[in-house]
Amino acid sequence: MEYLTCNNMTTQEAFYSYIVRLGDDSLILGQRLSEWCGHGPVLEEDIALTNISLDLIGQTNNLYELAVLRENQGKNIDQLAFLRLEKEYENLLLVEQPNVDFGYTIVRQFFFDVYRKLVFEALCNSSDERLAGIAEKSLKETKYHLKHSSEWVIRLGDGTEESHRRVQEAVNTLWKFTDELFFQDEVDQNVIELGLGVDNSNFKATWNSHVEHVLTEATLTIPSNSWQHAGGRKGIHTEHFGYLLSEMQYMQRAYPNMEW
Amino acid sequence: MSTKNIEELEREFQAKIDADIKIEPNDWMPEGYRKTLMRQISQHAHSEIVGMLPEGNWITRAPSLKRKAVLLAKVQDEAGHGLYLYSAAETLGLDREKSIDDLHSGKAKYSSIFNYPTLTWADMGTIGWLVDGAAIMNQVPLCRCSYGPYARAMVRVCKEESFHQRQGFEIVSLLANGTAEQKQMAQDSLNRFWWPALMMFGPNDDNSPNSAQSIKWKIKRSSNDELRQQFIDVTVTQAEMVGLTIPDKDLKWNEARGSYDFGTINWEEFNQVIQGNGPCNKERIDARRNAKENGAWVREAANAFAEKRKKKELTH
Amino acid sequence: MSSKEWPLWEIFIRSKQGLSHKHVGSLRAADAQMAIDNARDVYTRRSEGISIWVIESKLVTASDPDESAEFFEPSESKIYRHPTFYNVPDGISHM
Repeated sequence: MEYLTCNNMTTQEAFYSYIVRLGDDSLILGQRLSEWCGHGPVLEEDIALTNISLDLIGQTNNLYELAVLRENQGKNIDQLAFLRLEKEYENLLLVEQPNVDFGYTIVRQFFFDVYRKLVFEALCNSSDERLAGIAEKSLKETKYHLKHSSEWVIRLGDGTEESHRRVQEAVNTLWKFTDELFFQDEVDQNVIELGLGVDNSNFKATWNSHVEHVLTEATLTIPSNSWQHAGGRKGIHTEHFGYLLSEMQYMQRAYPNMEW
Repeated sequence: MSTKNIEELEREFQAKIDADIKIEPNDWMPEGYRKTLMRQISQHAHSEIVGMLPEGNWITRAPSLKRKAVLLAKVQDEAGHGLYLYSAAETLGLDREKSIDDLHSGKAKYSSIFNYPTLTWADMGTIGWLVDGAAIMNQVPLCRCSYGPYARAMVRVCKEESFHQRQGFEIVSLLANGTAEQKQMAQDSLNRFWWPALMMFGPNDDNSPNSAQSIKWKIKRSSNDELRQQFIDVTVTQAEMVGLTIPDKDLKWNEARGSYDFGTINWEEFNQVIQGNGPCNKERIDARRNAKENGAWVREAANAFAEKRKKKELTH
Repeated sequence: MSSKEWPLWEIFIRSKQGLSHKHVGSLRAADAQMAIDNARDVYTRRSEGISIWVIESKLVTASDPDESAEFFEPSESKIYRHPTFYNVPDGISHM
């Protein structure tokens, strides 16, 4: 790959960061979902959430492998997953938010799935063939995740009074993390220019109308206060993230340099 | 319709069993057979579900992406197995909800092994190796159980379980051949799980009152002691191969029997754990009860939604 | 806490093109869509299927095993329904 510089960043560096970010989103959400295993609201749903978590961890694996392949920074995929500092993870704030209850978990998943489906659809045309391949496989998974989360948003929203209240509260709380889905910086500008990555500003309107459509069917409303939070893509996280990491990294930190 | 008396029906029933004809849900069966099966299948289902917790305890702390995925898939399989088994129990008229309530109230039992804590990552290896190993030994004969739905569920379970023991043994061998710290971790784990694993086969045959009848009905196909011995004989060799020591000073090859002699199991501990006094009984049941209670609003919402939709369809 | 349990559904899976759907077990779901989704996660985790049917268990009508003698045995004597009942002279093929 040729070296191009734009905003003091080589293409490799930008592409690397771009893929690692995609992987970080998958990893952190997969980690969150895995917390449900054994504690789901009903056995069948326990299995469903675990399946989604497994898909996300599989995506993480593929994406980190590609990142390491395209730009070797001396880290293997497990070192990427388990041995970075908090500020070195650049996942969306949305995916690190705690499970709280099944309603929060589903709303978080739904906002993410709508976005992820659009990302992977576009990435199927990436000029990096291997990334396009990963996107194609992940797109199939994501379509199913979206079907699952949309159905549940509607069920819970239009279910009982209590479920409506809970899931509306989740929408209100998590809405402030949705603008960040469309965050862009020099990493994005670099990869967009070369056709490696996607211009997510193109599908903000689609995301909005899709989300609005499902929420309407679920008799839910988008909160009027739209003050938005961001920082994940710059490594500035919410307080929840440190705890997630200390649990996830426990083994690698306590027993460095060992095979498991 | 049927004018046969009970003795005739029972004789015909036993003749079917003896001829290895499977019993299906709507067939006539003695009350004792039905009750024994309901108890055994639901205990088995509960064991799968409670069994998710000790391993689930390490999913978020798994040391690599590969191990995380494998462990998640394994614990997920256990949920699936619980579900297949609850389904088999439902064919006997045992409602899943009721059966789960019996688990939460302490009325229904589950395998004592899951009341032991998982303290280190090595326990994920030991559980796969010993606990799944023991479970497979128990379960393979059940694929030939006389009750059709149970036998079919077990075929599915056994097929899926084959990777469980292997992944466990892989973890153990890696640690046993790893750093001194890792080897110690594996040995400590074996020390903690060895005896509880032997207890999984249940009381000695002399103290297992229902066993003879269950064997006659082909609900059970081998005795507790036979299976336990079989398990010890294969496992000792595996431990030697990875260089770990079985924590039993009385363990000795008996040439005449062609089997290992082994020490005395602490049956008092077994009874205490079964009665609810094990290290994690309370935590396990609390976790299951919380899952059910915290999920109540979700299940109700889905019901309410389904009903609303049905009404909508009718009026359109 | 008494919440109404979700209904029970019987699950049928077509394992590959050309085979019929086969009963694999049951599960609980609030509605048909959820039953299909759950069946996918519960019964096809190892690519066991390409098509799923679900039917609420209470809608299945079964024949009565007590009547199985009068119900099924008469057909056992009608061996003329099976091709092996007939003699075909040697040398005749494609029949």
